[in-house]
Amino acid sequence: MSTFCTYETAWCPGCGNFMLLDALKTALTELDKKPSEVLMVAGIGQAAKIPQYISANAFCGLHGRGLPPAVAAKTVNEELTVIVSTGDGDTYGEGGNHFLHNIRRNVDIAHFVHDNQIYGLTKGQASPTSGLGFVTNAQPDGNIDMPLNPILTAIAAGAGFVARGFTGHKDHLVSLMKQAIEYPGYALVDIFQPCVSFNKVNTFAFYKKRVYELSDDYDPSDKTAAMEKAMEFGDRIPIGVIYRGERKTFHQRNEVLSDGTPLVDRTTDADTVKKFIQEFI
Amino acid sequence: MYTILIGGAAGQGIDTTASVLEKLLKRSGYHVFTVRDIMSRIRGGHNFSLIRFGDEPVLSHSYALDGIIALNDETVELHKAQLSEEGFILCDSELSTEDPRAVKIDMAGMAKEIGNTRVAGSIAVGAVLKLFGESLDHAEKVFRTSLKEKYIEINMQAIRRGHDSVDTRFASKPGDCGDYMTISGSQAVALGAIAGGLRCYTAYPMSPSTPILVYLASKADEADIVVEQAEDEIAAINMAIGASYAGARAMTGTSGGGFSLMVEAWGLAGITETPLVVVDVQRPGPATGLPTRTEQGDLQFVISASQGEFPRLVIAFKHHTDAFYQTIRALNLAEKYQIPVMLLSDQYLGDATATVKPFDIDGIELTGPAAEKDYDGEYLRYKLTESGVSPRLIPGKTEHLVAADSDEHDERGFITESAEVRDAMVEKRMRKLTGLIEELEEPEFIGPEDFDTLLVGFGSTYGAIREAVGLLNESNNGRYAALVFGDVYPLPQKEITEKAAKAERIVDVEQNATGQLAQLIRQETGIECTDKILKYDGRQITAMEIVDRMGESR
Repeated sequence: MSTFCTYETAWCPGCGNFMLLDALKTALTELDKKPSEVLMVAGIGQAAKIPQYISANAFCGLHGRGLPPAVAAKTVNEELTVIVSTGDGDTYGEGGNHFLHNIRRNVDIAHFVHDNQIYGLTKGQASPTSGLGFVTNAQPDGNIDMPLNPILTAIAAGAGFVARGFTGHKDHLVSLMKQAIEYPGYALVDIFQPCVSFNKVNTFAFYKKRVYELSDDYDPSDKTAAMEKAMEFGDRIPIGVIYRGERKTFHQRNEVLSDGTPLVDRTTDADTVKKFIQEFI
Repeated sequence: MYTILIGGAAGQGIDTTASVLEKLLKRSGYHVFTVRDIMSRIRGGHNFSLIRFGDEPVLSHSYALDGIIALNDETVELHKAQLSEEGFILCDSELSTEDPRAVKIDMAGMAKEIGNTRVAGSIAVGAVLKLFGESLDHAEKVFRTSLKEKYIEINMQAIRRGHDSVDTRFASKPGDCGDYMTISGSQAVALGAIAGGLRCYTAYPMSPSTPILVYLASKADEADIVVEQAEDEIAAINMAIGASYAGARAMTGTSGGGFSLMVEAWGLAGITETPLVVVDVQRPGPATGLPTRTEQGDLQFVISASQGEFPRLVIAFKHHTDAFYQTIRALNLAEKYQIPVMLLSDQYLGDATATVKPFDIDGIELTGPAAEKDYDGEYLRYKLTESGVSPRLIPGKTEHLVAADSDEHDERGFITESAEVRDAMVEKRMRKLTGLIEELEEPEFIGPEDFDTLLVGFGSTYGAIREAVGLLNESNNGRYAALVFGDVYPLPQKEITEKAAKAERIVDVEQNATGQLAQLIRQETGIECTDKILKYDGRQITAMEIVDRMGESR
């Protein structure tokens, strides 16, 4: 039994988030994490309720702003296992700038994006990943904006670990989550998670019919091949680790952090401050 | 007291010349105050620095010039009217001016002989020192701190040539500041932050707040702090909140436009009760406004920024020394009350350099987060307490789980919509004000007790107001005093209530168009300022301007 479960949820019956939460608890349990060493960070949305439903430290911030507090918490205390849980709108819409720049920053966190191609909390408007022609209450004539390809964007921006999962393939998803948590650097897992209430197009059956797990002979370290694979989005959609490369983390590159002592355990001694004062004389 | 203006186009080395001269004057013992009037461009335009120095503390600038160092003709034309009869215009013999006060020396020729045209500034500095009867004893030492080794000798030659080229005109009258610091307001904030236990500074570059970022970045390795340039201001403040939640003292700095972007997260710090310090180095707005100039236009904005209600503290810096110690105090009070604290600086104070007594950090104590006590049963991050302050543990540093939520939450930190819990949480947060009000520092009172006219102001106008009170009382036209606020929100009310009761006139002096402090005083105390001296052209008010406008404001 997982040490991470306890709470009642406010999701719709049948929501893909239940399976996702279950996978997350399994992954953390299998990795032998203690609740007190895990920090769950979220923005605002249905995905962002995850920290409320799992036994761990929790920082539930602002819509679109999950990444900044998460990377900062990890920056000052690298002993925390930091996991960000946000939705497609939260991550790729409101928080798009943080998404791009934290790929560059490469702080060692795992980022699980609940991608249901719709805004659920606000009851059904197009998200950055909604398909062309997708009809909603705010796009009554159908979505006319090109959907964002988060996998391709992340690889192009330089992310070192980019994966896609589906809540209908739970064991596979658990494996992806574990790899992402253990990956040294920013690790993105974009997770198809059907919205049963508002998305009648991208349903469980829709994904079930299309997704296939990448086979063992797929080489995720080939960036060009990974970008081609990332563009495969139609009748067949690959799930698995699309790209995995090696990059130095923020902690390894930062002069102050590279010595390994968590920043929260340090102080500036009075002699250093006095020396700085002397420099102005 | 003397004032010298150094003027020219951007890129002519005005700033370098000014900083060498101010350091040399300080080494000679003078109190020095230097302001930089800079256009928002990298080359061309008209820029100038004003160096005011004397044998007593200088806390503001003046346009009553004793000398001009003119690097181009435009400087002479623009400023000669501000120059006294006995003043000098030091310039290259190439300049066309026929002003009788001109002291022309062949700076370009001398520089050529020395072998580097860029030493002209040092020639000018040498000449100025001679005009004021000062030696070159400290020149080598100052060059050593500001120049690369290979440039020291040629600059020494240059400063000697300048020194030899003129005769002394003014009496040397230094103070005793030889071992004082020369520091800008923004450097004082940054140094205060380090002394105040800062561990993490995240910011997006924005004039005029960038010097704080730059100083901290230069000291990050030695001071064991992380300085990270964020992708935008929204990231900067959310990162600071995340770092603080995880146990590191954190701060961000920006100007009004950047703070506009930060406002939602300012409220996040309020409801999650995460200690946070934000520095707003104000410039004239709205929107882009005047990027390199000054204003006190953000007061009403920062005291009310964010939807909803939560306790906050707003402190305005009065002068350089204040900036250092108040930054330490802000970090401590943010931690003690688990609230966001706003530090109000502005371009004038931030960029001006002053000679100040070396900061003393002995005896300064840093408030820590709640010590882990033995929590029998459940740890409650947002426990309802009498003081309103709940036990803050650091996630990962305890077996207890620490929750923070931007939604309204219960004592554990979980989302709630319960009406009772909402009431209890709002009241708990607001109860922190009771303790906070006890901590407030009353405004500084300047002048004699038997005054009839009371000036009020806040923050960086302190120096000009202080000097104006002295000048007004010398004129024997009434008795003047002033109250200058540092803590502005919550507004300390004791002094203003007492002094206002004795005043025949209350004159509000502010660097904005609507008298924002006067509005706040009236809102909180019912006291009405009878007159206003307001200035919003982006240039800081001087003591003489206050004196001149005192008559018309009547």
